[in-house]
Amino acid sequence: MSGIVRFLTRRRGGKGWHWTDIVTWAWLIGGLLVMFGPAVWLVGSSFKSPAALAEFPPTILPYVTQKVTVEGYDKPLDLYEATLEDGSTAVLAEVRRIGVVSQMVDPKDPGEIVKVNIAKRTPVREMSFATDNYTEPFTHFDFVRYLWNSVFVTVTATLITLVVNSMAAFALSKYEFRGRTMAMLLILATLMVPLSVIMVPLYSIVSALGLFNNLWGVILPTVATPTGVFILRQYMLTIPDELVDAARMDKASEWQIYWRIILPLTAPALAVLAIFSVVWRWNDFLWPLIVLSRKELYTLQVGLSIYSGELNVQWHFILAMTVVTMIPVVLVFIFLQRFITTGIAGTGLK
Amino acid sequence: MRTHNSGKSSLGALVMAPIHFLMGILDAPLRWLQRATGIGGMAAFFLMPNMLIFGIFVLLPFFINFAYSMTGGTALFLPDRTFVGAGQYARLFDCRSYLDPGSCAEDTFWTAVKNTAWFVVLQVTLMILVSLVTALILNRDLAARSFWRAVFFFPVLLSPVVVGLIWKWILQRQGLLNFGLYGLGFDPHVWLNDRNWAFAATIGVSIWAHMGFYTLILLAGLQAIPKDLYEAAEMDGTRPARAFWRITLPLLMPNLLVVVVLVLIRAVQIFDEVYVLTGGGPGTSTLYLTQYIYETGFAAQLRNPGLAAAASILMGAVLVVLTLLQLGLGRSEKKGGRK
Repeated sequence: MSGIVRFLTRRRGGKGWHWTDIVTWAWLIGGLLVMFGPAVWLVGSSFKSPAALAEFPPTILPYVTQKVTVEGYDKPLDLYEATLEDGSTAVLAEVRRIGVVSQMVDPKDPGEIVKVNIAKRTPVREMSFATDNYTEPFTHFDFVRYLWNSVFVTVTATLITLVVNSMAAFALSKYEFRGRTMAMLLILATLMVPLSVIMVPLYSIVSALGLFNNLWGVILPTVATPTGVFILRQYMLTIPDELVDAARMDKASEWQIYWRIILPLTAPALAVLAIFSVVWRWNDFLWPLIVLSRKELYTLQVGLSIYSGELNVQWHFILAMTVVTMIPVVLVFIFLQRFITTGIAGTGLK
Repeated sequence: MRTHNSGKSSLGALVMAPIHFLMGILDAPLRWLQRATGIGGMAAFFLMPNMLIFGIFVLLPFFINFAYSMTGGTALFLPDRTFVGAGQYARLFDCRSYLDPGSCAEDTFWTAVKNTAWFVVLQVTLMILVSLVTALILNRDLAARSFWRAVFFFPVLLSPVVVGLIWKWILQRQGLLNFGLYGLGFDPHVWLNDRNWAFAATIGVSIWAHMGFYTLILLAGLQAIPKDLYEAAEMDGTRPARAFWRITLPLLMPNLLVVVVLVLIRAVQIFDEVYVLTGGGPGTSTLYLTQYIYETGFAAQLRNPGLAAAASILMGAVLVVLTLLQLGLGRSEKKGGRK
């Protein structure tokens, strides 16, 4: 406890509070609320029942009205705390409501019906996590299909990216040939050709190759990332050429040099690229939206956007699916954040 | 490809074994290739897959985009389309007054241009300010700095769809924002049904989602500034504000320029979060250029790929101009830097 107090009251060089200290802490605490608050609110909301989601003002924790099974009634009845005419309060179950009058019975003695004005009753509530929100989409929305499609696209695209980009990086860092600089410049120039500029002709090419409504049509155009080639090449340049020469002396083939010597030594850079690639491909939206028009091929991102754009949004399902979609990225964030931040700071590329 | 999954992580020999096996099988034919073509041929072999994919999926579309923009009709494949010359461009620019989108033949295009221009100006300015302030604060002598850095970085990894949905949920009628305002005694408001608030929301949400990335680049720049410069300045009795303008800002300039270029380029192309958050609405108040291209080319009832291609080329031209402008600025900054 004293540690926390010392931490909170730490000052610049032991001097008194400077106005910049106040600004700093206000900014940081505000940032904490603004950055995490919305996501936490979403996760909390995803455990609420549809009735609780429609409520205003909303409750912070998920509550539902307690129900009770009463003899003589088929369905469980809602429990209310009602103020009776004589001023006493009692916990009663509501049988039906007519206008502003609620007909209630005592759960222990269901024979007698008591009439109570609806303004004089408040629901008895208990905390309850609506886990249906998570379990139902698996049968309801082809959710498993979307999940599988997303996983397939992410894993396949990342593996191909690693192989294809590392091969190119190897050629561009360990061989002297005419047009090497030209090839490197060409690759970097593709950074300047974003999807939004070429999506019309790209769509026609992908269709001509028969990849429209095909997950490979989502995967293939994304795998030759200029960022990946750049990161890997910069890393391979630091590997001494003598290693390659020595291996050639020992009659190793060029292919063996690539995958037995260079690739293992490039492992840290490959790991960074793999993390980036997983996040990119998992999050891709516009291109899958264009290429995939059949429901059973949607990735999670496309499925979510389509269902959330419907006229009657089923928010309790959407929220739960959003949380599931966040999970891999949050895991990456928690465990691999260090790699990503150093990767970005080092190359300035995302 | 999926049979030997996760070759990237070190899950031990069990996972590596099939990969080694596969690579070993490939060795014999590749040795033969090497004998036939020499080492130079192998270089080409290694470069080939990447260049092939670039060629087919980036360069080829880039060039045929120009051809597309000069054709009309609804046919998808280029040979089936009719040549219209500069017709699509003429249609995009057919306006009585460029300041009034309503007077144009393609009024949605000009609405999108106008919206995007406002969005870029406001979003880029605010984004740079917010990221710079955050980077300066994170660069101070803070306890638990890596934690605070993570706080601001966290939304960067979220998918744009998730970002859009998180905020759509917050800005709902029964959302968190209205809940907070209700606590302060205000009436609830349906923010995304209001033209101005929806526009402001797209700016705020895109800053929320991406500021961590730019903060990180600026923070790296700040940490590269030698500390003794500040010590010397303090010794000379320089005021902190003067030290900021004279030391911090000039030395941060290279990183700041990179950030400005990246923010600008991304802002011009804004699409994903906004599409999920507002869908371009209410009306056309948050319709931006990429969504116009997407809808004209793919989603509209009357698809017009030629018109979409022409619009995308205009957007590409803007991006090239912005990049060159920044590169030019960066160079003159370097030349004039030593005073």
